[in-house]
Amino acid sequence: MTISASAGDIDRRLLMDRSVSGRKAFTLPESDVPAQNLPDSSFLRDDVELPEVSQLEVIRYFSVLSQLNFSIDTNFYPLGSCTMKYNPKINDELSNLPGLADIHPLQPDETVQGAIRLLKDLQDDLGEITGLPGVSLAPLAGAQGEYAGLLIARAYHNAQNDSARTVAIVPDSAHGTNPASAAMAGLEVVTVRSDDQGNVDVENLRELANENTSVFMLTIPSTLGLFEPNILELTKIIHDVGGLVYADGANLNALLGLVKLGDLGVDICHSNLHKTFSTPHGGGGPGSGPVMVTDELAKFLPKPVAEKIDDGYVLATPEMSVGSINGFHGSFSIAARAYAYIKALGLEGLQSVSENAIISANYIQAKLRDKYDLAADRYCMHETVLSATRQKKRGVAGLDIAKRLLDFGIHAPTMYFPMIVDEALMVEPTESESKETLDHFIAVMRQIDDEIDSAPELVLDAPHDLPVTRLDEATAARKPVLRWTAEL
Amino acid sequence: MDPEDLKYSKEHEWVRMNGNIAEVGVTVFAQESLGDVVFVDLPEAGTDVAQFAKFGEIESVKAVSDLFSPVGGKIVEVNAAATDSPEVVNEEPYGTGWLIKVELADASQLDELMDSATYQATLE
Repeated sequence: MTISASAGDIDRRLLMDRSVSGRKAFTLPESDVPAQNLPDSSFLRDDVELPEVSQLEVIRYFSVLSQLNFSIDTNFYPLGSCTMKYNPKINDELSNLPGLADIHPLQPDETVQGAIRLLKDLQDDLGEITGLPGVSLAPLAGAQGEYAGLLIARAYHNAQNDSARTVAIVPDSAHGTNPASAAMAGLEVVTVRSDDQGNVDVENLRELANENTSVFMLTIPSTLGLFEPNILELTKIIHDVGGLVYADGANLNALLGLVKLGDLGVDICHSNLHKTFSTPHGGGGPGSGPVMVTDELAKFLPKPVAEKIDDGYVLATPEMSVGSINGFHGSFSIAARAYAYIKALGLEGLQSVSENAIISANYIQAKLRDKYDLAADRYCMHETVLSATRQKKRGVAGLDIAKRLLDFGIHAPTMYFPMIVDEALMVEPTESESKETLDHFIAVMRQIDDEIDSAPELVLDAPHDLPVTRLDEATAARKPVLRWTAEL
Repeated sequence: MDPEDLKYSKEHEWVRMNGNIAEVGVTVFAQESLGDVVFVDLPEAGTDVAQFAKFGEIESVKAVSDLFSPVGGKIVEVNAAATDSPEVVNEEPYGTGWLIKVELADASQLDELMDSATYQATLE
């Protein structure tokens, strides 16, 4: 047999396929305690196949896999709505300091005063940034922040003896988590239309708002990357019928130091620290979705809330708290990273974060608008929603363009969202990228548009040069293979 | 071209009448816009559905969408082929890819629907 030379090839075998019976990665020391029989071993299985490999084989397997990853540290990643901005490494360094990393959530408050002070300072900063001073860092993700916010709205209405409010009004452009969170919180979801400018249809909202309205959930800026010019009227409509306004702060990175949500009439919001405040996400996070409220609603916040008392800091339970929404204090190490980011930038720095994010998105929009349709023909905020409708008429869909971008080392934009835009390609460059990177992306997008006419197979069959090419997503979804078997 | 003997809704569903039984499916435009259909969720036979009300969900590689019944009445049959092998919705949306059969409550409901030429015009 001849072995072909191919040093650049990737060993594609799964860990199970490398398994050799009896091989070990680690040898346990002799047991120095008496063996115990389990009282009932009937629930133990012996039919589970596990890989038997050496430590070096495990290291190689996962090292190679990690190098296949497409990440913000290796590639431009304009994934709209997800805000894949640079995660400064100093944030990781700070959160790994022993005083922050080597503490336990059940330690007495007096032994972790610095950590609780960090939470309190972060609460204060988020309250200042959003104009909503009551803050709980407990929610572990954006959707849990939404859920906590809706529980607060319900607790508020109940406390007013106004428990007949059962409806959440959600725009048709909303992220799917909004109606899902509302349903989880026991609310009925009613959809308000967008108008032809991509704004919430004011008259439609007026028709839908009534004495049953518990809360109106609005993403600011919207999922189309647009600022709502009628925001003050929208919040007034809801307040006039006794409802509360919930702002989905997923796009807060466009507003830092520019607009306070509280000044717009928002009562409750959440922010995704893993987007706006540069903490890691993608590949599982962990996320963090603090919830911010007006002074009036602060007594309903989920516990714990860090508070300053005369001689130090404590973790407290607000007077009419909706309770715990997870085991402990939220994602503490993520809070530490966000704290580092905010303190490093300061107010002026945060303001230029948003300004640069907005300028970058508008630069891309202006340079591509002759080739790609826009979801809304106006200045955008931190992201621009392109539509590949012109390209689709020429035989290439948004999906094909997204796949072709991979050949140029650019992560695909968010596709087919928001769902009210045909062939949506949602591009969010973030403030982190240089003008050279933006120009490269623009040039690639223009070249792909040319290829549709000159060499369409380049686009239709993309990607060409990655470890895996076009995947059969339909078969993967229709006939999923979820367990390894030797026959595969 | 969509078959001329069918009626169409603006939500891209079609109706084929056979006596007072309305066969319902999604249009070619709908299945092309959705992309490869991977899952279809339909109600049990015997449930009632109102005209233009949601009766199920269709999931493609792109997104999950609600299915709206172009007619109201009792659902007398659901297409097991569509739930077992969702690809039939892509392959034959006007044939083996039908979704439900509804015993029509009121024939005047059909006046609320479009003929094929009018439906085609809405797609331009």
